Amino acid sequence: MTELNKLTLAEARDALRKGDVTSVELTQACLTAIDGADALNAFVHKTPELALERAKAADERIKAGDAPAMCGLPIGMKDLYCTKGVASQAASGILEGFVPEYESTVSQKLQDAGAVMLGKLNMDEFAMGSSNETSVYGDSVNPWKIDDRKLTPGGSSGGSAAAVAADLCLAATGTDTGGSIRQPAAFTGTVGIKPTYGRCSRWGIIAYASSLDQAGPMTKTVRDAAIMLEAMAGHDMKDSTSADLPVPNFEAMLTGDIRGKVIGIPKEYRPEGMSEEIAKLWDEGAAMLKAAGAEIREISLPHTKYALPTYYVIAPAEASSNLARYDGVRYGHRAKLGSGDGINEMYEKTRAEGFGPEVKRRIMVGTYVLSAGFYDAYYNKARKVRTLIKRDFENAFAAGVDAILAPATPTSAFGLGEMKSADPVEMYLNDVFTVTLNLAGLPGIAVPTGLDSKGLPMGLQLIGRPFEEGDLLNTAYALEQAAGFVSKPAKWW
Amino acid sequence: MSIDTGTAAKVAKLARIKVEDDQLPALAEEFNRILGFIEQLGEVDVEGVEPMTSVAPQRLKRREDVVTDGGYQDKVLSNAPDAREGFFAVPKVVE
Repeated sequence: MTELNKLTLAEARDALRKGDVTSVELTQACLTAIDGADALNAFVHKTPELALERAKAADERIKAGDAPAMCGLPIGMKDLYCTKGVASQAASGILEGFVPEYESTVSQKLQDAGAVMLGKLNMDEFAMGSSNETSVYGDSVNPWKIDDRKLTPGGSSGGSAAAVAADLCLAATGTDTGGSIRQPAAFTGTVGIKPTYGRCSRWGIIAYASSLDQAGPMTKTVRDAAIMLEAMAGHDMKDSTSADLPVPNFEAMLTGDIRGKVIGIPKEYRPEGMSEEIAKLWDEGAAMLKAAGAEIREISLPHTKYALPTYYVIAPAEASSNLARYDGVRYGHRAKLGSGDGINEMYEKTRAEGFGPEVKRRIMVGTYVLSAGFYDAYYNKARKVRTLIKRDFENAFAAGVDAILAPATPTSAFGLGEMKSADPVEMYLNDVFTVTLNLAGLPGIAVPTGLDSKGLPMGLQLIGRPFEEGDLLNTAYALEQAAGFVSKPAKWW
Repeated sequence: MSIDTGTAAKVAKLARIKVEDDQLPALAEEFNRILGFIEQLGEVDVEGVEPMTSVAPQRLKRREDVVTDGGYQDKVLSNAPDAREGFFAVPKVVE
């Protein structure tokens, strides 16, 4: 048998049920891999005792014949999820020392399904970033390496992507507000799905932009994404936007048969100056789906170019409201006050010290676009354009398109620090292919399909109809089978 | 539309984030770059388009307005930087 931490969820599940391996052995293999991978800075709060305790309990359940979907499978948890008794600080200084008294619904569901949490994973502060460079824990590092440079694993779920790609865990949770699951998946040769808005409960997940945030799994294969999404999804009374719809058996829908499906190729996703490598990868992906029996059809999503500016009004506006709660009163950091300082000085100093530069920038941009006199010009305007962006997709689906194929990212992974001096807007351009789905609430999945000429993984993105993740996963499965991507990063850490 | 240091200071104040005076010009410039990017939205014809209120076409669930949980004063206060006698403590608010 290969090293246990390198197994997929499906392989480990089957081995556990056959009695070939125990959860304690799987967990121990991951904990050893984690301890040897501090150079990646992926796990930022390790919970080995808790993990072994849960692994033992999982082994008991399996022995008793009570083995739910994820029973005994070791996973990593993004730091954005509140986990009872375990530090949860959204990679922010303002939540330093915060230990929740409660468990997020999604992490609770995973725990109920028997999953074993190994620890908390690095990310961009409050999920604001595309390179994992805004974290209070420092950068997370991509296990893929082609020269002396350290590369970004992407963001914001950078630690999750790095941990899965480096086999530190069998799978991990992520969250996606503008591309934060799909972009890091593409940068690390892993699979990441952002489900339909409302599919997973947001309760207990530290909020960034509530109308865009969705939880999802980050895994080694499409099958694993199906297994883990089913365990994470479902209605929750504690999140009024969670959808009261049955969760299908996603794994059972993976037939690989996509004959007769119509795959849309949006012409607006091929902007002037697009890298030839990405264009070639995209064409090859379309050819693979065609060879599998799908019909390829060019479509138009005319408002695509306005998605990023719309996002950068709506997301900061919601963030400025959500992050108002960090005031130094109820949890986390409070600044040391000078004599004579009142409550306003406490708020202002606490927030200046606790938040990093990108978070402050977005809070203030959000404050501005919501302020008297600009609300209509910016915020309401963006909400109207958002309606049009969603309508573009509705029109495509109404015309018979089953799924849309597009690139996941404009480039492969770039070097850490290379964008440091760039304009904030340049970093925002990383989300150009992913952000449209969050605005339209649609499910999207990144699937690794090849290596670029530098030897770095690249992924394609499939976009599905709302609440039809099963069909989307099946199309992704067909693409995965056809692409046959099996490359792994060579261990250097 | 251009943001000056006075506007930047006002926004920082509204956001309750202390920004030192010497940082204001750089902040104003950043705002201008980001808002310049957002300005593109001006090109879009939104005549007759409703602003989106909910991305999913579903009605929010209703429930009885009753207490469903509670009684965790100690847990609520457990993470407070300063809690005294069952309350959150803050600097003096009124003289």
